[in-house]
Amino acid sequence: MNLHEYQSKRVFARYGIPIPKGEVASTPTEAREIAGKLGGKVVVKSQVLVGGRGKAGGIKLALDKDDAEEKAKAILGMDIKGLTVGKVLVDEAADIKDEIYLGLVIDRAQRRVVMMGSSEGGVDIEEVAATMPEKIVKIAIDPCIGFRAYQAMDLASALGIPKELTRSFAQIASGLYSAFVESDASLAEINPLVVTGDGKLLAVDGKMSIDDNALYRHKNLAELRDPSEEDPYEVEARRYDLSYVKLDGDIGCMVNGAGLSMATMDMIKLFGGAPANFLDIGGGATAERVAAALRIILSDQNVKTVLINIFGGITRCDEVARGIVTALGEVGVTVPMVVRLVGTNEAEGRAILADAKMETANTLAEAAQKAVNASQS
Amino acid sequence: MSILVNNNTRLIVQGITGREGMFHAEQMIAYGTKVVGGVTPGKGGQWAVGVPVFDSVRDAVRATEANTSIIYVPAAFSPDAILEAVDAGIKLVVCITEGVPTLDMVRVRAYVDQSDARLIGPNCPGLITPGQAKVGIMPGHIHIPGNVGVVSRSGTLTYEVVAALTARGIGQSTAVGIGGDPIIGSTFIDILELFEADPDTEQVVMIGEIGGTDEEEAARFIRDHLTKPVTGFIAGQTAPPGKRMGHAGAIISGGKGTAAEKVQALEAAGVRMAKQPTDIAQLVAANIGL
Repeated sequence: MNLHEYQSKRVFARYGIPIPKGEVASTPTEAREIAGKLGGKVVVKSQVLVGGRGKAGGIKLALDKDDAEEKAKAILGMDIKGLTVGKVLVDEAADIKDEIYLGLVIDRAQRRVVMMGSSEGGVDIEEVAATMPEKIVKIAIDPCIGFRAYQAMDLASALGIPKELTRSFAQIASGLYSAFVESDASLAEINPLVVTGDGKLLAVDGKMSIDDNALYRHKNLAELRDPSEEDPYEVEARRYDLSYVKLDGDIGCMVNGAGLSMATMDMIKLFGGAPANFLDIGGGATAERVAAALRIILSDQNVKTVLINIFGGITRCDEVARGIVTALGEVGVTVPMVVRLVGTNEAEGRAILADAKMETANTLAEAAQKAVNASQS
Repeated sequence: MSILVNNNTRLIVQGITGREGMFHAEQMIAYGTKVVGGVTPGKGGQWAVGVPVFDSVRDAVRATEANTSIIYVPAAFSPDAILEAVDAGIKLVVCITEGVPTLDMVRVRAYVDQSDARLIGPNCPGLITPGQAKVGIMPGHIHIPGNVGVVSRSGTLTYEVVAALTARGIGQSTAVGIGGDPIIGSTFIDILELFEADPDTEQVVMIGEIGGTDEEEAARFIRDHLTKPVTGFIAGQTAPPGKRMGHAGAIISGGKGTAAEKVQALEAAGVRMAKQPTDIAQLVAANIGL
């Protein structure tokens, strides 16, 4: 789950990281009031969960409160990469002397949280990584020992942080690590971390992603989720613990297991079709979850055919079959369906579906071929 | 021979009184696995599916001389269950549970690395040595004993491939599902190393997916250390970037971890890559002149 900039920065602030004064507005009038309170120049920043907001015109400097109202009027309601801006953050404008990048990720290969710093702040770090990888300094953090002061000092020196700011930098780096670990983040970044004209450090922009698997122990963060930013089908799928990703094709897929779901999509493509979605019903799915999955697939108007591919292990074919029958009883199905059920309790599953008049298949290739044929007829 | 599990496996089931734990304990016993006990805190002294239940892994090990454990407890309790098993002297810990927070696994993996225990998973189907022991949730009947080692990040996709091998009469030495999470106990390299050393494994099937760089690292290892032929497949050729495809670890981030990169790395290391999963069995068969 991704947090908005203002949400991320509020988390940072709780860990002692200095952030600009600012508040969130949903209307131009609110933006004007906030700018008036702050006084002086402000930055009006769209709060949408995509990168490249600045380039898209979603971040603007305003000279005073009148200007802030104007800028907010232009930005609110704007479309950025398919998302409508519903909120802007109005921040005190910083006097920027220098920009640094500071971020934390989980490095899968090293199995460690890694802190990354770069003197090239303010630009996309992936761009820096691609064009001048030598400008990125990385520190792997031992999970048992945590982030240490000497590591912060090393990083400060590698990034050329002025001597009088190293202490403050160390506090920010260590605060960011605590915020990361205590929030179960998968990403936390300050970009840019600004050196101001009066010689202070300030986290001007921030970004956090939280591990979905850990949200159960972070109720306060889970509540920050913004469903208006998400695909409605994906929101509905999450309610039932289904992994669903909307795609552009017309063959709705319901599969158990992530690898098999991806392989099923790959096969559809190989046979000349196009998957409408990725949907993994997970391990040990109940009939209720299966029924929800089928309802979600069928509510997508693009779907012309449904392909159900189940290889039962922890998932039992009879449960899946019961779920299919339930969903069929609730939703009028007009599109052709191809079903393949093998593995745990497959005989029971097939018996339940015997009356459902569905096209059946024995192998993955056969199922994919039949679904593609049906979608093209 | 085989790797990791065999007739000498003495298995305990952590979470044996839960819905999944009980169902699969029964299935494993029916397959012939020596399930010697189960663990559910607070239910020590009871019996479940014909085996004794203990309050702790330590009690279970003391009473049954178990050497292997399989975990079916909810995600919030799985890190603790793994650590408890390691501390009790279990040598092979298999964690089936899906949804364990990644940072928990960073800490757990660091702890397991300091012990002499091996962890498989989490978020995996377990492993099976056909005809000897099934320590997992895979359908046992699709496997037959033989000489092909199978290692995979996926569960059900592996069943697909194994069933196709079996249909051609090609048996498996051991099939290992290493799991779909970003941080797992054993990676491709760990299992490939065991297959290379196992005299009964003549060739290997490796099934990867998008996300991370485990396949690329495995490719380097195969190039430098494997003498046995390897056949591979990578799932997720059609996956869009930036979206998590079911498995927490299956995500193309920052343009990295695509199927194309992995296929290329493995092909360069001499691995024969299947275009579709159903081709794997054919390539394996060709290696032994079938």
